[in-house]
Amino acid sequence: MNYETLSSFAQTWGLLYFVVLFLGACTYALWPSKKSEFERAANLPLIDEEPINE
Amino acid sequence: MATTTMQKNGIDFSVLTVGLFVGVFTLLALMVAAWSPDPLFNIHGWLSLVMCIVAILGICFWAANRKDGKLFDETQYEDTLIKWGVGVSMFWGVVGILVGFVIAMQLTFPSLLYFEEFGFLNFGRLRPLHTSAVIFAFGGNVLLATSFHVVQRTCRTRIAGGMWPWFVFWGYQAFIVLAATGYVMGVTAGREYAEPEWYVDLWLTVVWVAYLLVFLGTIWKRKEPHIYVANWFYLAFIVTIAMLHIVNNLAVPISPLSSQSVSLMAGVQDALTQWWYGHNAVGFFLTAGFLAIMYYYIPKRAERPVFSYRLSIVHFWALIFIYIWAGPHHLHYTALPQWAQTLGMTFSIMLWMPSWGGMINGLMTLSGAWDKLRTDPVIRMMVVSLAFYGMSTFEGPLMSVRAVNSLSHYTDWTIGHVHSGALGWVGFISFGALYCLAQWMWKRDRLYSANMVEWHFWTATIGIVLYICSMWVSGIMEGLMWRAYNEFGFLEYTFVETVEAKHISYIIRSLGGLLYLVGALIMSFNIYMTAKGKTRKGEEDHVHAPTNDGIPARAEAVPAE
Repeated sequence: MNYETLSSFAQTWGLLYFVVLFLGACTYALWPSKKSEFERAANLPLIDEEPINE
Repeated sequence: MATTTMQKNGIDFSVLTVGLFVGVFTLLALMVAAWSPDPLFNIHGWLSLVMCIVAILGICFWAANRKDGKLFDETQYEDTLIKWGVGVSMFWGVVGILVGFVIAMQLTFPSLLYFEEFGFLNFGRLRPLHTSAVIFAFGGNVLLATSFHVVQRTCRTRIAGGMWPWFVFWGYQAFIVLAATGYVMGVTAGREYAEPEWYVDLWLTVVWVAYLLVFLGTIWKRKEPHIYVANWFYLAFIVTIAMLHIVNNLAVPISPLSSQSVSLMAGVQDALTQWWYGHNAVGFFLTAGFLAIMYYYIPKRAERPVFSYRLSIVHFWALIFIYIWAGPHHLHYTALPQWAQTLGMTFSIMLWMPSWGGMINGLMTLSGAWDKLRTDPVIRMMVVSLAFYGMSTFEGPLMSVRAVNSLSHYTDWTIGHVHSGALGWVGFISFGALYCLAQWMWKRDRLYSANMVEWHFWTATIGIVLYICSMWVSGIMEGLMWRAYNEFGFLEYTFVETVEAKHISYIIRSLGGLLYLVGALIMSFNIYMTAKGKTRKGEEDHVHAPTNDGIPARAEAVPAE
C-alpha cells in the first residue's frame, strides 16, 4: 500500500464515512418521535431525589 | 439473600477481591524492594509496599467498624467517596498551582532553587510535576469525583462494584504519588504529559480498567432508562484515555527490575504517537470530561434544563469523531509528511463547530435566568469558564494553521493558549463543580461564604488575564525576534537576547500565577468551612444559590418585600 492508494481511500470512503456518521447522529437527534424522550432527559439533573427510589 | 448473609458476617465479595488484588501487588512491591539493583526503582518498591500495607490495614479497620452489617447500602448513594474526592482535588489543586508558581519564578529568576549537586527542585524536574499535578492529580480527581456523583444521580442507582470504586479512587492517588516522586527523583519516560515509567503506567492501566468497569456497571444497573448526555461524555473520556494511555506507553523495560524502558516506536512514528496522545489528552481528558461537568452542573445549579438536548447529541458525536484526528498539528514543519500535517490542521479547524456548538449550548442554558450571574458567583464562575472555553477553542484552531504556527510554535504564545484553556476553562468549571459538591454532599443550604467565592472569582480572573496577556506579548515578540534578519541576511538577535526581552513578561506571568494560587487557597478555606457546617458572620441571610435535593431553599422561606 503506498501513499496514493491510502490518500485516495481517505478522500473517498473516509469522507463518506464521516458524512454518513454525521447524518446518522443528526437524524437520531432530530427524529420527531424522540422529542418527548429528549425533553424528559434534559430534565434528568433537575429531578434526582434522595434516597434512591426503588 | 446470599449477599445479605455475607454482608452480615462483614464479608463482601468486592472487599475480598480488592483485598486479594492489593495482596498480589504487596508481593510484587516486596520483590522490587528486595531484589531491584536500581536504587530509584528500589525506593519505589518500598514506597509501594508501604502504600499496600496501609491499604490492607485500612480495609481491615474499615470492615471491623461496620457493626450495622450494611457495607454497601443499595438504597443510598455513595457520597462519602465523593466527599473524599472534593478534599483530595483541592489538595492536589493547591499543590499543582503552587509548583506552577515556583517554576514560573524559576523561569523569571533562573538561579532560584537551582542546586548543581541536588536536582530535586530544578526546573526540569518540577515542570512535569506541575503539568501532571494540575492535569492528572487535580483534573483527574475532579473527573473521578464528579463522574461518580453524576452517574449515580442520573442513573438513580448506587455506584456499582461495592469496594471497587474505592480501589479506583485510592489506586489513582497511589499512581499520583508514584508518578510525582518519580519525577523529582529523575525517573521519567520523557514523553510529554505521559512521563511516568512503565511500571507506573501498568498500575494506571489496572486502575483505569477498574474505573471503566465500575462506570459501565453503574450504567448497566441504572433505574433510569435514558443515559444522560453527561454520562456519554464521561464514557468517551474513560474509554479514549484507556486507548491513548496504552498505545502511547508501549515500551519494553530494559529488565523487570529496572525502572527504565525503551519506547516501542522510534523517530517520526514515535513523535506522531506522542502528539496523537498529547492532543487527545486535551480533547478527551481536558475537554470531553469537563464538558460532562458542564452538562450536569450548570443545569443543576441554574435549575434549568440544558438549552438543547438535541444539540448536545450532535455536539457529542461531532466532537469525539473530529478531535481524534487533530494531533498532527503539533508537528508542523517536521519530518511528518505534509499531508498528515494538513490533515491535522484541517480537522483542528473543523473543531470550531462542535466546540462552539457546545459552548453555546452551555451558555444558553442560562437563557431567561441571566440574573443568576449577578446573584450566584458559582454560576458566574462556570459561565466564565465557558467564555474561556470559547476563547481557547477559537485560538487553538487558529494556531494550528501552518502559517500561524510558524510564528507561534515553540514560543510562549503556546503556553498562554494552554493556560487560557487550563486556568480558564478546566480550572473554573472544576471550581464551580467543587463548590456545588461541597454544598450538596455535606447537605448545606449555603456555602460558608459567597463573598469569598467572589474574591476567589476576581483574584483568579485577574490572574488569568495577567497570565495570558503577558504570554501573548512575550510569545509573539520572541517569535518575531527569532525570524528577524539584518541587511546581510544574518539573524538579527541571538537566542539569549530573546530570553532577556521576556523578563518583564515573565514577572507579570508569575504575578498572575500567584493571584490564581491565592484564589485557590481562599477556595480551600471556604470548602473546608462549608464541610464543617459553618456560615460566615454577616452572611447568614445571604440568599444566592439553589440548594441540595430535598432541602428547602432559604429563598422560599423568606417573604417577598
